[in-house]
Amino acid sequence: TFSEEPGLGRDPKAKKRRVVIPSWTYDEEAERLQKKYSGNKIRTTKYTLLSFIPKNLFEQLHRLANIYFLFLAALNFVPIVNAFQPEIAVIPIVLVMSVTAVKDLWEDQRKRKSDRQINNLLCDTYDRRQRGYVERRWADVCVGDVVRLCCNEIIPADMVLLHSSDPNGICYIETANLDGETNLKQRQVVQDLPQQGSEFTPENFSSRIECENPNNDLRRFRGYMEHPNKVRVGLHSENLLLRSCTVRNTETVTGIVVYAGHETKAMQNNSGPRYKRSKLERRLNVDVLWSVVLLLLMCLTAAVGHGVWLSRLKDPVFMIPDDTDPALAGFYMFWTMIIVLQVLIPVSLYVSIEIVKLGQIYFIQNDLDLYNARLDSGVQCRALNITEDLGQIQYLFSDKTGTLTENRMLFRRCTVAGTEYPHHENGQFYPTPMMTCSSLITNMSVCLFFCLSLLSHLNHFSSMECAVVPDVQLQRKLSALSTPLCPPLKHDTAELSHILDFFLALAVCNTVVVSSPSQPRHMVQMPVARTPLRSLEEMKALLQKLSLPRFSLSPSQNTDSPPGLTRRLFSRGRSATFAPYTPNTLSAPPHTPTSTTPSPIPTHTPSPSSTPMPIHRGAWGKDEELADEDSVEEEDDDEEEELLYEAESPDEAALVQAARAYGFTLLGRSPEQLLVVLPGTGPLSVPLLHLLPFDSTRKRMSVVVRHPLTGQVVVYTKGADNVIMELTTLGVLLLLTNSPLYQYISLQEIMERTQQHLDDYAREGLRTLCVAKRVLDEAEYEPWLKRHAFAETSIENREELLLDSAQRLENNLTLLGATGIVDRLQEEVPETIEALQRAGIKVWVLTGDKQETAINIACACKLLRPTDRLLTANCDSKEACEARLCELQRDISTITERGLSDSSMGVSEGDAVISGFTLVIDGRTLDFALHEDLQKNFLDLTSGCRSVICCRSTPLQKSQVVRLIGDSLGVMTLAIGDGANDVSMIQVADVGVGISGQEGMQAVMSSDFAISRFKHLRKLLLVHGHWCYTRLANMILYFFYKNVMYVNLLFWFQFFCGFSGSTMTNSWVLIFFNLLFTSVPPLLYGVMDKDVSASTLLSLPQLYKAGQNCEAYLPSTFWLTILDAFYQSLICFFIPYCAYAGSDVGLLSFGSPINGSALLIILLHQVIESRTLTWLHAVVLLASAGFYYAFVLVFSVTCVTCNSPTNLYGVETKLMSEPLYYCVCVLTTVLALLPRVLCRALLNSICPSDLVKAQKLDRSLLEQYWATIHQWKENKLDRQKLKSKHVPQTLSVNADVPHSVDCSQEPISVLS
Amino acid sequence: MASGYNAKEEDGHRAGAAGPGESASRSRKPDNTAFKQQRLPAWQPILTAGTVLPAFFIIGLIFIPIGIGLYVTSNNIREFEIDYTGTDPSSPCYNCSQTYSWNSTTLCTCTLTFSLNQPFEGNVFMYYGLSNFYQNHRRYVKSRDDSQLNGDLSSLKSPSKECEPYHTNEKPIAPCGAIANSMFNDTLELFYIDPNETRTPIPLMKKGIAWWTDKHVKFRNPGGSNANLTAVFQGTTKPVNWRKPVYELDSDPENNGFINEDLIVWMRTAALPTFRKLYRIIQKKNNMTPTLPRGNYTLEVTYNYPVHSFEGRKRMILSTISWMGGKNPFLGIAYMTVGSICFVLGVVLLFIHHKYGNRNNSSDIPS
Repeated sequence: TFSEEPGLGRDPKAKKRRVVIPSWTYDEEAERLQKKYSGNKIRTTKYTLLSFIPKNLFEQLHRLANIYFLFLAALNFVPIVNAFQPEIAVIPIVLVMSVTAVKDLWEDQRKRKSDRQINNLLCDTYDRRQRGYVERRWADVCVGDVVRLCCNEIIPADMVLLHSSDPNGICYIETANLDGETNLKQRQVVQDLPQQGSEFTPENFSSRIECENPNNDLRRFRGYMEHPNKVRVGLHSENLLLRSCTVRNTETVTGIVVYAGHETKAMQNNSGPRYKRSKLERRLNVDVLWSVVLLLLMCLTAAVGHGVWLSRLKDPVFMIPDDTDPALAGFYMFWTMIIVLQVLIPVSLYVSIEIVKLGQIYFIQNDLDLYNARLDSGVQCRALNITEDLGQIQYLFSDKTGTLTENRMLFRRCTVAGTEYPHHENGQFYPTPMMTCSSLITNMSVCLFFCLSLLSHLNHFSSMECAVVPDVQLQRKLSALSTPLCPPLKHDTAELSHILDFFLALAVCNTVVVSSPSQPRHMVQMPVARTPLRSLEEMKALLQKLSLPRFSLSPSQNTDSPPGLTRRLFSRGRSATFAPYTPNTLSAPPHTPTSTTPSPIPTHTPSPSSTPMPIHRGAWGKDEELADEDSVEEEDDDEEEELLYEAESPDEAALVQAARAYGFTLLGRSPEQLLVVLPGTGPLSVPLLHLLPFDSTRKRMSVVVRHPLTGQVVVYTKGADNVIMELTTLGVLLLLTNSPLYQYISLQEIMERTQQHLDDYAREGLRTLCVAKRVLDEAEYEPWLKRHAFAETSIENREELLLDSAQRLENNLTLLGATGIVDRLQEEVPETIEALQRAGIKVWVLTGDKQETAINIACACKLLRPTDRLLTANCDSKEACEARLCELQRDISTITERGLSDSSMGVSEGDAVISGFTLVIDGRTLDFALHEDLQKNFLDLTSGCRSVICCRSTPLQKSQVVRLIGDSLGVMTLAIGDGANDVSMIQVADVGVGISGQEGMQAVMSSDFAISRFKHLRKLLLVHGHWCYTRLANMILYFFYKNVMYVNLLFWFQFFCGFSGSTMTNSWVLIFFNLLFTSVPPLLYGVMDKDVSASTLLSLPQLYKAGQNCEAYLPSTFWLTILDAFYQSLICFFIPYCAYAGSDVGLLSFGSPINGSALLIILLHQVIESRTLTWLHAVVLLASAGFYYAFVLVFSVTCVTCNSPTNLYGVETKLMSEPLYYCVCVLTTVLALLPRVLCRALLNSICPSDLVKAQKLDRSLLEQYWATIHQWKENKLDRQKLKSKHVPQTLSVNADVPHSVDCSQEPISVLS
Repeated sequence: MASGYNAKEEDGHRAGAAGPGESASRSRKPDNTAFKQQRLPAWQPILTAGTVLPAFFIIGLIFIPIGIGLYVTSNNIREFEIDYTGTDPSSPCYNCSQTYSWNSTTLCTCTLTFSLNQPFEGNVFMYYGLSNFYQNHRRYVKSRDDSQLNGDLSSLKSPSKECEPYHTNEKPIAPCGAIANSMFNDTLELFYIDPNETRTPIPLMKKGIAWWTDKHVKFRNPGGSNANLTAVFQGTTKPVNWRKPVYELDSDPENNGFINEDLIVWMRTAALPTFRKLYRIIQKKNNMTPTLPRGNYTLEVTYNYPVHSFEGRKRMILSTISWMGGKNPFLGIAYMTVGSICFVLGVVLLFIHHKYGNRNNSSDIPS
């Protein structure tokens, strides 16, 4: 495809690609190109200094509310209808838009700051003048620059990899910043670059690169590199280092920048913030429309009134001669009234809501309870405008792995050769790593800095809590292997070899990448070799003597391992690192492939004391793990380097860690070689012959290695239990150990026992894996090798051939044992789920896991209670599914009826009482259920269930379920998940919550709220959600009230001024009344009001139901509020009217007490509505009132001729010196607020709502408080007649909970 | 160790510069302050019968005395009102009201007699009252030029556009606008009729009827206080409906031109279509004799102002005033009513509090 002449800008096709020439070549073309491509400076801000005003203006005018304002302002310039002076009419829009503009500017400023921070990051760039690398800001990096990066540095721009310090020309990057995947990705230096291995010299590099134009496809990169000799080398995505990824495990890499700044793939993938419309806002919009209707009605009244009034007048002296027809005058009056009464539409409400939500978010993000010290992250609100939706959630959809559980696999139990090792010591919780970490580094601030930066950034916790405390029994057996003095015959050596193989398999049968935190992988420090406690020969002899005959293998065949294989040891690059061993390996007899003597030349390996190791040690928080291991492997402590195992699946890392705990340590990995330490030996190299990676059809993976001790070709297979069991052979006898008498048992028996153990594991919710091996003799191996090589190189049917090849290898396996890995529940998950359920939220779990595991987890996290009835739906066809759904529906109704009749008869049968239903449905059945015909059945069924567990579901299904529930039931949904597979579900739900955890940032990126632990959901919903909802709902109602109340004063006046659109107030005061004098208190109210304390909300989750039922903001509440506003405005207008009627009161003098009392009423109304009054409230309320009075007084003192005709000069000062003014204000205020206070008091006394009761609870004394809570809980328990089965309060590890066995057995036996 | 430490520091610095370290350099842990954790000490009022009960009683106890005070004060005010519009043929002013035109040169006068049943003590205020007169009409209210009235010379010669159509009448009008144009121009005179039928004119004070601020600051004659008004107003013309120009409103230079108090009072537009405006003050003579003793009076009206066309009414009002203004029983009654209502409600609330207040309702929050 790249056959045209390179780099011709005139070529029309060349427009679709870019040419990159190294920036140091003196070349006109290079210069020209550099100007053409964007620099590496990024700007994510929307505005620049210049463009801010026009652009912001343009954007704001896109909003309907602002258009309305603008329309009003324009209307005021029409002389025939104008109500105010035009300049005053412009104030609202200017004010609202400038507030919005300031808010936008502030948000933009934050982005600008982060941009600047990123732009000012430094990297090493080659400089042609200094002929070396200089530090340059990221912003100054250009296309064509050569950049050198060290380990753990972030890549500043998209670069083609030119050189890596890795001798194989590979480097690893972590793309967590990009796609959230934390596992390492391998990148390859461009093929056939001449200067591999040595230091890269940019001077010698003069090739040009031609590649496609910038695009957002992360996985594709096409182009070629043309060397000066016109040789072209293709470039692929493997050659590309992407911006914002991190270099890992490679000392230095060098690359040439091809895309910079906004042209990088990372930036092209960057999408803006999310915008959702909350339920409350949708409700609000309806009421805004009602306000519009109200406004039109009022204007219509005024228009008709004016017309009628005018037609009745005959030649009045006060009328300006005008020939306008009364009807036309009425029409004009309509528009005038729209201007006068414009405030009725609470347009400033929108900007107020935005400000309030920012305040709410500020408080949510500052909540200490939502802060996770270990991750140094709190809650992150990504969507700025749906805070109140948190308070109205009705359905919660949760992922399982990583959300309910830690997604941190922990080796828990294993069974080897039919013997179970329960690892009882493993049960306890581990101290949080931060504690050990911080204790180590308290006196080192630098360390703290480093520690935090790395911890927060890298998420490398996979190895942190994986430390395994070895089982005592197993440890003892193994010690026979490593202790020379211990007579081997004490234990059955056959079993010992089984154990040896088992752990060796765990250590080698994986794709784990080993790295040391401080150093790149290839620098993994060689342990200082020392004499093994038992010679290898001895061990090998033991193995051969005792085990090999039983496997009917010929020892002679295996003793002489082909020297060629050992010679391949670490052939490339690794030779340097492992130099001390390689010569040994080559010179030593083939039986002892690795060195067992102290290394004569401990050359280049940096000793820990000379490097900044202590920092990293603390930083990685691994010392506690080391400490664990030290206690186990005292003999190893002098050489033990902290190792990081990074695996694609956390299970693998857990297994390697487990093996390590028993002394089978994986030290390093290269494509052809594994370096392991066995108990009592130094590092042994295990030639890795083949690796058959995991795939989901085979459900297993295998490695083919040459056994380090016996030299045999061994296949180690690890996979799902059912698969492995089918592939194992039967019939060979084995000696069993633990009985005092030697006892032979068959492999059959081992399998049966193992199967039994596996069933136990599954019941405990453990993830099980079987480990098996097969010894190949060379006669078997050679032909297989040939066919496999053929399969690997074939182009057609390659996948099938490889599968076939793997299947030929993975049979006749010998079962070694099985492992049980636990994915620990996160802390407080059961409590959280229980609280959410009590809050009336239906919790669904959507997981890709299998049914048994899902049920177990559901049990452990109390989603499924012992008294629950479990309903399962596993069907193969749509018809069956339909029948099943109906059947279950019938079951529910009969049981519910029976339950009702039981309780009505007062019969308590104990076991017969069913507290709820839980539906378990698998992915296949779910597909049918989601079909249009069955949707209704499915929804009916699920509405009768307290919770639903969907297992084996795909990401698509997850989102379908969420959408179905949300759309057809019209409920508020929340989806929570942590991985990429939850993204679609998170996006579909009304509120998407991402858990920033093990699986990176993808879920977080698409979420509205990001939290670090599942338990935070409890406070986020029950407390913050409740608060945000009530606050906002009340604030909105208050806004409506305020506007209607004030505007109606003007409306009532129209009846006394001939509907002429006249106002009794100064127009500035009129405009400012809503915009300034009474705008801040509701904001404070919306941000800070607290109806019920956090602790009460947490302890009484049912208070959340108020938000679910939208109790704070129902249509009825809205109309009641409007009604109250009408009443108050009537009082506020007619009391002064009656007091002043017939007197010599002037127009503005009449308005003054009305305004004064309106202000008092509006502010005091706020006080009545507020549930909390702090000094801040007091300050703001007083300031508002003070501001008003200061304004009118200053106005009436200074403004002599200004602002005609509503000139306040002398009015306020005169009025306020009269006692009548105060008499009127007091009476008006009291009478206006009387009904509201009375209704509140009566309602709260006679039939208080739950929230009021909770408020009262809040107030009662602390002891009394707890006593009541306790009492209340007791009551509830009594009511439910919940007897039996006391469930433990805290479940550290689900596998440790005995009752989970009961609960999984019982319901399953009931149905299905 | 020292050198190693330095190296670390440098290393840390590097990493900070190269990574996202800068943001992580300080913990993201929120501050544990009362404000940020929303734990500010707060007063949490819950409105229940028990808590609002005292407020109701207190309001009742305060309002009722205030109401009584207001009511008594209002009742002590003497007020007399007489309608002289002359719509009724039997009325003395009937003729005048029928034959009216703004431009008629002949003056029409009418005389009304009335009697006061009670003596008026203290200063008595004489008002004229108009009904169905919308001084608060939006366009009427705007039709004035405050700078002109403030003595601004340029505004005098070129009045504001707001005054249209009473803006110019060949020459600029002073004072311009509809308000000034429609100024009340009846003349009211009051005579006391002795028991022996002699008519004693009652002295009416022209000055002191306008607000001090209006008289001294807001309204000013062009060219200062000592200027020759006739000269100053050269080049302007009188409003269309006026009979004499503004500088001939009164002989007293302190009450002539724009600072004529009748004009000032008129220019402060009334809030409601039925209003009164202060016309004259009858000052009390001494403490011994009432200002207006009981007896018969005649009111002589020079009937100029037409209200018949729009069904307006004209009244003359005599009133004493108190600290709370003119006679208005409403406030007193309202205060007493509200006070009594509050008191009754307080009793009801007491009952409710007694019945419901002691219930321990914290335990029955439903699940």
